[in-house]
Order: sequence, then C-alpha cells, then structure tokens
Amino acid sequence: MREIIVLSGKGGTGKTSVTAALGVLAAGKAVIADCDVDAANMYLLMQPEVLKKEAFFSGELAEIDPEACINCGMCEEVCHFDAVHQDAEVYDINPLRCEGCGYCEVVCPTNAISMHARRSGDFFVSTARTGDPMAHALLDAGADNSGKLVAKVKEEAKKLANQHQRDLILVDGAPGIGCPVVSSLAGANYVVLVTEPSASGLHDLKRLVEVLQQFRLKAGCIINKADLNPDQAEAIRSFCFENGIEMLGEIPYDSAFTAAMIQGKTIVESDNQLKQIMNNIYISIQHKINVL
Amino acid sequence: MTNSGIFKLAIASGKGGTGKTLLSTNLADYLAQKQAVLLADLDVEEPNDALFFHAENKVITPQYKMIPDWQSDRCTLCGDCTRHCKFHAVIRLGEFITVFNELCHSCYACSDLCPEQALPMKPYRMGETSHQLLNGLQLIESRLDVGQEQAVPLIHATQKYIRELESKPAMQILDCPPGTSCPVVAAVGKADFVLLVTEPTPFGLNDLKLAVETMRQIDKAFAVVINRQGMGDDAVENWCKSENISIAARIPYDRQLAEQYAAAKLAWRENVALKKALEELALFIQQKQVQYA
Repeated sequence: MREIIVLSGKGGTGKTSVTAALGVLAAGKAVIADCDVDAANMYLLMQPEVLKKEAFFSGELAEIDPEACINCGMCEEVCHFDAVHQDAEVYDINPLRCEGCGYCEVVCPTNAISMHARRSGDFFVSTARTGDPMAHALLDAGADNSGKLVAKVKEEAKKLANQHQRDLILVDGAPGIGCPVVSSLAGANYVVLVTEPSASGLHDLKRLVEVLQQFRLKAGCIINKADLNPDQAEAIRSFCFENGIEMLGEIPYDSAFTAAMIQGKTIVESDNQLKQIMNNIYISIQHKINVL
Repeated sequence: MTNSGIFKLAIASGKGGTGKTLLSTNLADYLAQKQAVLLADLDVEEPNDALFFHAENKVITPQYKMIPDWQSDRCTLCGDCTRHCKFHAVIRLGEFITVFNELCHSCYACSDLCPEQALPMKPYRMGETSHQLLNGLQLIESRLDVGQEQAVPLIHATQKYIRELESKPAMQILDCPPGTSCPVVAAVGKADFVLLVTEPTPFGLNDLKLAVETMRQIDKAFAVVINRQGMGDDAVENWCKSENISIAARIPYDRQLAEQYAAAKLAWRENVALKKALEELALFIQQKQVQYA
C-alpha cells in the first residue's frame, strides 16, 4: 500500500484541487483522505455519500460542581491556562481555555471538579463520487487537538484500503508545519508539494521541506500559477533541485482552475490545457511511487 | 473590551491563502502613513509579513516554554508524575522518567505535585520573536522553530511581548493563522474586532462559514473582506446578506495584484484598486475603533 500526502506550507496554493484531480485520475484504485480537518473542502469536489458519521472525542475538560464548591480558589491558583474564573462568587471553567490537564481536579479539597471527555468534531466514512472510499472529518469550531483527529482519519483510511483492497491512499494535508501536518506525515510514502511562485510560497515551502527532511520523506513539487512570477518560479526550481525534490509539473495561472471548483468538478474533468498537464503529473507521480 | 484606547484588529480566515497577509501588510503600511501602527504576525508556523518590509534594525528575542526536567538523584520512581500527566508527556521507562517535550502543555502538575521536587520546570526554546521599527510602523513577527509542533504557546508568548512593550501604538493589526482550531482562537484572543478574509469560491464560502461559527462561539465582533472579488460567484455576497454580516471591503480580482504580491511588494502603493479598497476599509475601521476601543 502506498500513501501519498499533498502538502504546501502556505495555504491556498491548490492542495485540495490537485488532490481531488488525482483522485479522479486514480478512480477505482484509491482511498481518499481529507486531513485538513480545520477547513475540510474535499467533500465539495468529491460529493461523497456519507455511510457512517461518528462523534470524535479527544482530551478532557474540567467541570466544577457548584453544589460541592466551597469557593476556596485553589483551582484558579494552579491553573496555568487562565481557564478558571470566579463570576458572582461561583467558580467556573472556560472551556475554550481549559486544556484538560486535570491539575485543578487533583488539588480541589472537596472533589468538586471532575474531568470529562471532550468532543472535538465529527468523523465520516463515505463513498466519493468516483466510487472510491473516503475518510474525512470536521473539527468543531475552535476545537483543540486537530492532530489527533488527523491521526484518526489516517487510521480509518488505512482500514478502508485494506477492506476494499486499494493500493493507494491519497491524503489532502493541512497548511502550516505544526501538529496537524506532522500528524499527517506518519506512514506516508511520498509527499506531493503544491506551491506558488510568490515570496510567501517559497518561504513557506522551505520551512515545510525542513520538516520533511527530519522525517526522511521523499517529495516532488508542483508549481501552481507557475507563470505568475518567473523569478520566484526559478527560485523554487533551484531550491527543489538543490534539495533532491523532483519537479512533477507546472500548472499555469488559468481561470479554468476556479471555474472547475465552482462547478464542483476537478480540473481534469473539463476540456482545457490543465487536463493534459494534470494527466502528465499523475503519470509522473505513478512512476515515482512505483520505484520507491 | 479593553477601554485602553488601543484597538486590536485581528485579520483571520478559515481557508488559507485567501489574502490575510496581503491585507495585513498593506493595511498596516497604508494606515502607518498617518498614525503609529503595530503589525504582529501571529501565523507562527508560516510567518510572511516581514517579507514585505525591509528593516535594518531587527531585535530578536528567543521564546521559551517551561518543561519539566527530571532529576534522577531526587526521584524515588513513585510514578505520581506519570499518573498526573494527561498528555502522556511524562513516561516511566524502566528506571528512567522521560519527558516528551512536544507533548507537554506546561501545566506544571507533575512538577508541583512531585513529592521529591524531582521535576523542576526549565525553559525550552520553541521559537523567536523579531521586532523591527520602520517609519510609523512596528513590526513584530514570531516564528516557531522547525520541528516544534505547538503554535499556541508561542502565540501567547507573543501577545505577552506586545503587552509589555513600552510604547504601544493605538492601532494594532494581528495577522492570524488559517483554520478554525486552537491557534486561531489563541491569536484572535483579546482582539476588539476581527476581519475575516475570504474569496468568492465554494471553498472560500465553506471555510468562511466555519470561521464565522468560531467567531460566534468565542463572542467576537467581526466583518468580512472579500478578496479576488469577481473571480468566482456571488454565493459569499448572498450568504453574508442572509446572515446580516457586513462586508467591510471588496478587493477586486486582478492578476497584476497577484503578481505584485508574489514579488513581495506593498501593492497598494502602485495598485489603484487596492488603494481604493483600503480607503473604504479605513473608514469602516475608524467607526469600529470608536465603538470598540
């Protein structure tokens, strides 16, 4: 089984559109996993039929029983997250600030504080419109622990691949270099980088590549909007060359990219120059993962 | 609200790449022509604001979080620390206690509750904050060290750094990370008002809805800025109208603007359409400043 993860560092470079296009080209062979659980968009292009929906719990949350509380203030004193406050003589926990460490529970002299499992989102198993299995999720607004929900999506995608005898898992990753990204790297075989030729695009790509090097992951790069700035595009090619990252292809700045999204389609499903380019990228990736 | 005369304006979005940095840098530079402005880049995983400014005098402050440091000579291996840690960051391996720095939330429970004081807290570097002074503009940028996974402690450390500044401009613009989870909540934190930047596409609308839900949950006043107006469809406009959400500005879709941004230029200085959008936005902000600062 091969797992390909699509990442970018910078947001909005076209990760989801590229992953969905690869999903259409790999129809019948792949499992699709949307690991950008903060802003999950894959479903807009894959229009999945949801087969299973499950609440996802991760971490804990403190709760104070006002009946048992004697207002001693010990909890407020030990909390390092500013999550305990006294309002109208009663102590209360701010769930957005509470990190669930349980320190307050331990020090409460009257056992008025208890810890509860915290809901952080919903998790789905679906069938994408390509007929392939799809694992995805939706983090609750403002929730913590998106890294753990990412791990859950990945785990479920692996199960689906085994169940349906698929050799390929296509993972749409999150922007940035923090915990959701690191969580999505576990078990990956190959990383497809989608970047754009801007100062921000290159800056963010460099930081991401440093993370990938720590995990010794092989990567290839797609430059989206490649003709937007020739100097920056050249700088990206050089950077990739110097760091052993293969160029997989370049997608020009083209309104067809957005037009496809508005129709809920991928860029390989309408007749334009992007279709052929994306096809070549797909073949190039296939070749890379077969020789891994 | 702060009542300190300081107006903290957060620039956020659900979806990445909608134009937070474009708006933050250009708005800060535009407003700084007439007033003192502080621009803070709180997208600590991928900070970009400083790419647009070229200051020579940069002060860099390392940032630390507190992590327990096991003292083998004092430890009796009673195991209290491993039971107290809810994050599985303190683990006993044979005769050793191991601390996983990346999992630690710095709650101090293991350290304070250790009967032998065998886990004193010590500083552990997570990144750095750089501070630059430009004409009328103070630029503060925090960047997480590569390999660090937790953005929230560095965002909080940056906010503390700003609070403790000796001279604080009344106008503070906070460029926030993308998404809707804990780093955004931390970055938007004590802002007086939030501008949610989106683009008129299905992805933009979907993620705007999530961002709006987050703002409502944390009880923040907000308005929307539509970037790349004309690129897609009217669904964002229509949805904002149906939800009674005000649109503070619209930045037209323009390839030239994308090129100027790609070249790390402060585009408003040459892009008339962006300048016009900023003029309108400045008036909107002025009203909000009176209302909330």
